Amino acid sequence: MFHRESGIFKTTYAADMALYPLPIAKATVAVIAAAVVLLPFVLGALMPALSANYYLSIINLIFIAIVGALGLNILVGYTGQISIGHAAFMSVGAYTAANLAVRWDLPFWITLPAGGLMAALIGAVVGIPSLRIKGLYLAIATLAGQLIIEWTINHVPAISGGAQASIEVPKPHLFGYEFKTQGQLYFFLLFFVALAIVATLNLVRSRIGRAFVAIRDQDIAAEIIGINIYRYKLLAFAISSFYAGVTGVLYTYYLGIANYEQFQIVVSIDYLAMIIIGGLGSVLGSVLGAIFVTLLPIAITWIVESLGTLVFEMQQIQHVVSNVRVITFGLLIIVFLVLEPEGLNRLWRNIRNYFRVWPFSY
Amino acid sequence: MSISVSRFLSYALVAAATGVASTAAWAQKEIVVGVQCDRVGPTQTVSTIMCPGFHDYMALVNSRGGIEGYKIRVVEIDNEYKVPPGVEGYERQKKEGAVSVALYGTPIVAALTQRLAEDKIPGTSPGFGTAVGADGKRYPYSFPIAASYWSQGAMGVKFAKDRLGGSLKGKKIAYLFYDNPAGKEPLPILEDLAKSEGFELKTFAVPAPGVEMGAQVLDIAQRFRADFVIAHLFGRAPSVSIKELKRVGYPLSKVISFVWGSAEADVEAAGGYGVAEGYYTMQFAGVGSDYAVNKDIIEMYKAQGKQPPKEMASTVYYNRGVVWAAMHVVAMRNAIKAKGGAQPTGEDVKKGFESVTAKDLEPLGGVAPPLALTPEDHEGGGWVQVFQVKGGKLVKATEWTQAYRDVLKKHLEADAKKAGG
Repeated sequence: MFHRESGIFKTTYAADMALYPLPIAKATVAVIAAAVVLLPFVLGALMPALSANYYLSIINLIFIAIVGALGLNILVGYTGQISIGHAAFMSVGAYTAANLAVRWDLPFWITLPAGGLMAALIGAVVGIPSLRIKGLYLAIATLAGQLIIEWTINHVPAISGGAQASIEVPKPHLFGYEFKTQGQLYFFLLFFVALAIVATLNLVRSRIGRAFVAIRDQDIAAEIIGINIYRYKLLAFAISSFYAGVTGVLYTYYLGIANYEQFQIVVSIDYLAMIIIGGLGSVLGSVLGAIFVTLLPIAITWIVESLGTLVFEMQQIQHVVSNVRVITFGLLIIVFLVLEPEGLNRLWRNIRNYFRVWPFSY
Repeated sequence: MSISVSRFLSYALVAAATGVASTAAWAQKEIVVGVQCDRVGPTQTVSTIMCPGFHDYMALVNSRGGIEGYKIRVVEIDNEYKVPPGVEGYERQKKEGAVSVALYGTPIVAALTQRLAEDKIPGTSPGFGTAVGADGKRYPYSFPIAASYWSQGAMGVKFAKDRLGGSLKGKKIAYLFYDNPAGKEPLPILEDLAKSEGFELKTFAVPAPGVEMGAQVLDIAQRFRADFVIAHLFGRAPSVSIKELKRVGYPLSKVISFVWGSAEADVEAAGGYGVAEGYYTMQFAGVGSDYAVNKDIIEMYKAQGKQPPKEMASTVYYNRGVVWAAMHVVAMRNAIKAKGGAQPTGEDVKKGFESVTAKDLEPLGGVAPPLALTPEDHEGGGWVQVFQVKGGKLVKATEWTQAYRDVLKKHLEADAKKAGG
């Protein structure tokens, strides 16, 4: 992720597909892993518990977003199939897990994969139109999927369960240990985020991932070189929906409730924004996009409030702050995309490429 | 040159004044309350009126010396009616030391219910969340503090009964609702009452986004021929329902709307007071500017040499914000008193909420319902007042009323049992 040699010296396919392009990459990964594991303790030592809690809660939201963004990027970024139904697949996972957890009292390590698998199944079904249509037409077909799933959850009490289509679930626990506080949930979510990132990195360098990219770049050519387009398109929908389902389950356990309003169409759009800003067809891009979209509004609010309160009373600028946030958020996204249409990932690569031969650029 | 000097001086003065003000605040004891708003999201028409009401009342209390010597600091966050910013904002409010939070938006209320109980911070949600949230035993830190959709449904039936001559035997009531879980929530109550009161209930769902209901309204007026209509709509839908009912010639004086279809803005969007003449609306805060508290707020602004804010003109939502804030103030006051003046915790304020009585809210001047919160009942009795569109404004049609409390109690208990077993 962070290293490159000063040129391209790969001579074998094995070297090209290696997870660690350089030996030092292993060390970097180890450092990053150590940093994220130690982070809650460092935060806890540096500041009062309430503040540490607050920052962890933001990171936890980012974690959940990363899993969802990775899933959507597999479908949209790698396979080139657009989907506006991502939030609906999240809700499928969420309600599956919630029902299993409440009705049969199953633990999270069963409900979580079950939610993912259910979402994968429904996702593959919604993906069927992709076999015949592409682009905008497919977008509308998946939009239909989003609305149908929303409608079904609202109108089938067997799925939506309790009052106002929400099901409360107990917090996840493992061997009697309950993940309850933000710090505990941090590790709970971290495990799945790490798993999702490693799985995606491996997926995209495998045969399946290459097939996805081939379909994205030119589906007819892909078919001619022997890729079963039907199979791989549906597989892309299933895998992407599996991630979405898992995101929904994580969300449900994090909040302690599955509620249909958490998975409406705006959420689908938010996730599309994440991967477009982060960079289509890139794992690091999904991560950066999730971080960016979650953090940017918080950062803008913080800056505007800090500057504003120098001159005004908070109450006077409350309304301005909200609007400035929305305007700045929109503007920044436009600016970023004009500067670098391929997203944050490309921006990061440009920076890295610059330093690859620095200071001996030619 | 002289201009820039004077400008510099004025900046210096402002800076000095801010400095003085902040040191003064530093010296004073402080109590923090969080409020969530939606100023730029889908429900901004409600929140941009309600939140200023909340702030104004808090400012009024502060201008009179705060609560028992404590100055109130309001930490507002804008959640855009989305869950992640709502969760993040709540954690920020907690970090700032909030001992109670005023939550906004049903999905956000749902997402934070468990966390409130874990953190022991009471959260209020008038008009949001579920009807079963009124059960203080199940949800110790959730405070709907206003009539739930169940209570409003019961009130709709009671009001229809009163208007139709005291009996609903053989009458037909149409329930026109937004087709989402919130819209469907009152159905069990309505169905139950249909059996016991002997009226015929027919439901008419309006699919999202709720701007197309010609067929439903025609059915109500000409095929089903309803004797009364109870409407539970959101957003643009209420104004559309007024227009459509008017168009097919159904008398609006036989229509009563739930609380989210009852603001001045809904009447104006339907084409004005002339069009909506006769339309009945349910309210959980008084409507109009004649209450003592409204006058006090205007006085406060005048004393500061400012014009009262334009939001005050939209009295339906503004007054809801005021009453909402007042409930928090009463709860905090109870908590501080119970602690003998010491800094209260969230747990203390929760107990403070549970001892709110009608008497505490009397100084507001009738804008607040005569409710009483108890450890069991966090709804406060489900009080509703009905206002009618009449002669260019909303006129009070009933006093504060409760309806079918025994039926509601039965349903709450049944739901608790279902969840428990």
